[in-house]
Amino acid sequence: MKHIQNTGLAIFLVGLLTFTSLIFIGKYEVTPEILNNLIDSKGIKSELFIDNMKNNVVGKEFTNPFSLSSKIISSLETANETHKQNSEWDKVIWDKPHSFSYEIAKLSGSGIVKEHKWLFWWLTFGLGILGALMYIIPNVIVKGPPGIKNNRVWFNAATNRGWIGWFVFIFLVGFYLLLYFRPDYIVNWTYIVDPISKNISGNLASQWFLYGFLYCVVMTVMAVRMYIKYRHNKYQILRTTSVLFFQIVFAFLIPEILVRFEKPWYDFKNAFPLDYDFFYSWNLDQLIASGGLGLFILIWGIVLTLVIVPIMVYFFGKRWYCSWVCGCGGLAETLGDPYRQLSDKSLKAWKLERWLVHSVLAFALVMTGFTLYAYFSGADAVLGIKTQTIQDIYGFLIGSIFAGVIGTGFYPIFGNRVWCRFGCPLAAYLGIVQRFKSRFRITTNGGQCISCGNCSTYCEQGIDVRAYAQKGENIVRASCVGCGICSAVCPRGVLKLENGPEKGRINPTEILLGNDVDLMDLVNNK
Amino acid sequence: MEHIVIIGNGISGVTAARHIRKLSDKKITIVSAESDYFFSRTALMYVYMGHLKFEHTQPYENWFWKKNRINLKNGYVENVDTENSTLHFANGDSLHYDKLIIATGSKPNKFGWPGQNLNGVMGMYHKQDLEKLETYAPNNKVCKRAVIVGGGLIGIELAEMLHSRHIPVTFLVRESSFWNGVLPNEESQMINKEIISNGIDLRLSSNLKEIISDKNGKVKSVIIQETGEEIPCNVVGLTAGVSPNIDFLKDSNTRTESGQSIETGRGVKVNRYLETNISNIYAIGDCAEQLDPIGNRRPIEAVWYTGRMMGETIAQTICGNRIEYKPGHWFNSAKFFDIEYQTYGWVWAQPKENEARFYWEHESGKKCIHISYDKNTGEFIGINTFGIRMRHEFFDKMLTEKQSVKYVLEHLADANFDPEFYKLHEKEIVTKFNIENVSNIQLKKKNWKRIFKVN
Repeated sequence: MKHIQNTGLAIFLVGLLTFTSLIFIGKYEVTPEILNNLIDSKGIKSELFIDNMKNNVVGKEFTNPFSLSSKIISSLETANETHKQNSEWDKVIWDKPHSFSYEIAKLSGSGIVKEHKWLFWWLTFGLGILGALMYIIPNVIVKGPPGIKNNRVWFNAATNRGWIGWFVFIFLVGFYLLLYFRPDYIVNWTYIVDPISKNISGNLASQWFLYGFLYCVVMTVMAVRMYIKYRHNKYQILRTTSVLFFQIVFAFLIPEILVRFEKPWYDFKNAFPLDYDFFYSWNLDQLIASGGLGLFILIWGIVLTLVIVPIMVYFFGKRWYCSWVCGCGGLAETLGDPYRQLSDKSLKAWKLERWLVHSVLAFALVMTGFTLYAYFSGADAVLGIKTQTIQDIYGFLIGSIFAGVIGTGFYPIFGNRVWCRFGCPLAAYLGIVQRFKSRFRITTNGGQCISCGNCSTYCEQGIDVRAYAQKGENIVRASCVGCGICSAVCPRGVLKLENGPEKGRINPTEILLGNDVDLMDLVNNK
Repeated sequence: MEHIVIIGNGISGVTAARHIRKLSDKKITIVSAESDYFFSRTALMYVYMGHLKFEHTQPYENWFWKKNRINLKNGYVENVDTENSTLHFANGDSLHYDKLIIATGSKPNKFGWPGQNLNGVMGMYHKQDLEKLETYAPNNKVCKRAVIVGGGLIGIELAEMLHSRHIPVTFLVRESSFWNGVLPNEESQMINKEIISNGIDLRLSSNLKEIISDKNGKVKSVIIQETGEEIPCNVVGLTAGVSPNIDFLKDSNTRTESGQSIETGRGVKVNRYLETNISNIYAIGDCAEQLDPIGNRRPIEAVWYTGRMMGETIAQTICGNRIEYKPGHWFNSAKFFDIEYQTYGWVWAQPKENEARFYWEHESGKKCIHISYDKNTGEFIGINTFGIRMRHEFFDKMLTEKQSVKYVLEHLADANFDPEFYKLHEKEIVTKFNIENVSNIQLKKKNWKRIFKVN
């Protein structure tokens, strides 16, 4: 069994290495046709840019994406600089440089990867999946009979912030930086999923299609791990199945199929304010222009946030969203599960969490307020602040850096729910409802707690569960996403997630159950 | 300001300190030689297994003690001068107290086996035992086999610990079946199977004769009394129960020239108010021995929960509300490898004369319940539950209200505490009872209002 696992690990690493090395290979040549098409489709009026491109880029062969990108971007920036100096605003190209460069690179690439897309799919995704499964599946036997087997978690360099953890951290952060800020470097990655994208949406793959596909693959493979690890726990099995379903069907397939039918890309489960650009003018315009379906999406989006989300939180707690439906939660509960014990349980971290997550919510609401005011009034600035600027700041700081780079990149260092705990504005909103108006709680089973600390350690949200359980108090916390792992790892059967009457949900106790009835009455009901 | 000194920073001492602080402004000092900060002893096993780091076993962050004005003193008490109300420490320090609470817990039993003090022989109780285990049994290369002597809760936990590092274990159990002095035969058999299915070499009805040393004073092997078999091993775990950790009192009693000595038996003798024979000295937790046993309880109860409850009680007395220690209905819990165990009320290993029993076992052989009730009145006496979690509050209420077994079974759905979506077995259980007892108990549907006592 160990041999199969080691072989699997080796195969996985070969796949990962191949995937990574793709960035550095391939050939790129921008033909005059590509340039002309670009000029037409983008309506480019800058002769300076066109000249720059003709002189420095067109007809030349580049052997890596970096030099191509730097030439395109310098062409663009020098042209823009001159136009801005001369106030020739209609000639300025407003596109984000690296996205602009991506579009050219995607069309101008050639070489082995582009010619053998499926082969390279198998050499990267294929080997990765095969290797990972060969590593994961033997755990049915290796880890022993069903049950909680967190053996060696704190001795393993991958899960105790050891060197493997740091290595994974660097890799993930690098991946997100490329994805968000240097898409033109990763066109080779998008080639290998082109055939799949063609089949689903009819288009070539963008970096976002690549990300969506990779996300689904990673979640599926790591869900297999969850199914094995928690095969004795039906709550975990169902929850894992649910997040996987919503990711693959709602976040990936339906939006791509909508695009195939020339409808707007929309993820029906992604609620505002997590879906922070829902009220951006381009989105509203697009929805309104898309007929009945567009209008339905518009109304659905509003009803989802204002009605469905809070009502469901009232009945089931925020878990129905955060650990049963949400895509971010889905990744955290599959890929992130090995890292849950790394969350910070200190009181300081809790204080920071409350400040940060509610600030992000306030930021999202203010930004959206500005956006809607601008949309309806036609002004492009509110109180002297340009709407575009505040949107850009939010998109950069929260949408990209916090949710992506920190949110997932920091899994191996700060645990798997950094974004959900400290940054997600939707989680903040759901949390407020859960704390003050919900039937959900984690019930503490009388006086059975032995303060061992498994619940607190394995709480991905950094809740000090034990602090409540050892006092016989139920756990009612805004940040609890109801993953159910505290209950699963408890060796004494002390914790149960449940929805019940609101009355008595919070039960402060001084003396615990098991004592003399008189003493309990004396102290608790004083 | 009155100075309360507590010897021992386990669950009893710390609970007492916390509650005294809640109720008063008294000066509080906790003395320990074992660790700087309170940790959960029951969680030590998870540190060795790699589930937790030692810091995770500490329920309070380090700033907690200063913030709550609870002084922590690291030191070993060698002598209690009751005349001058002063503690004398091994390093020569001394500390005056106005009231003293002795909460020093237990120590592993050693029954005078030859070789019991060799290197590589250890109990599994103190933080230092964990450190020793890490030295002598870090992996299965250094420790090729371990032998555990004594089939109780600590023994099976130690077996699970060593097993997590793939160290072969031989488990010597004196009784004819695991823990059958406490568990009825059915449950005991189930745990035997669980132990064996985890690859442990379980030897029932086997006593240790002696531990053999190698030439460096380290364990080489053990010899079994009954068969004379010699089992080579590198580590021996002595887990044949614990007894009160009060040797320092016995020593100081003989050495104190002035003052009355503290009355001890196996433990520190206390009355129902947890008071010793000396007016300003109290004892709680594992080290306290009741002068008169309470109900069906043993005079010394080395259990986490009773330690905690004594701490809660003594705080009242110290703070002016003198109150008897009256533990409520008995409950306990444990985990045997993957099988969780909870018990509420009394289910004795052997039924008493007035008792009838009902036993149900799931086809998997990993879940069962065993109910004890009065065969004349039908009153519910207690339940053992294995592999199914049940609500403490439910059974506490049943016992207080002296409900019948019929009532308990009717409302069994309210008792279930397993995670959502788990398979429920109440129907099967009630059906089996009805068949065996020719009764017609109808299982009621789970009712939130009853469970949460909402009107």
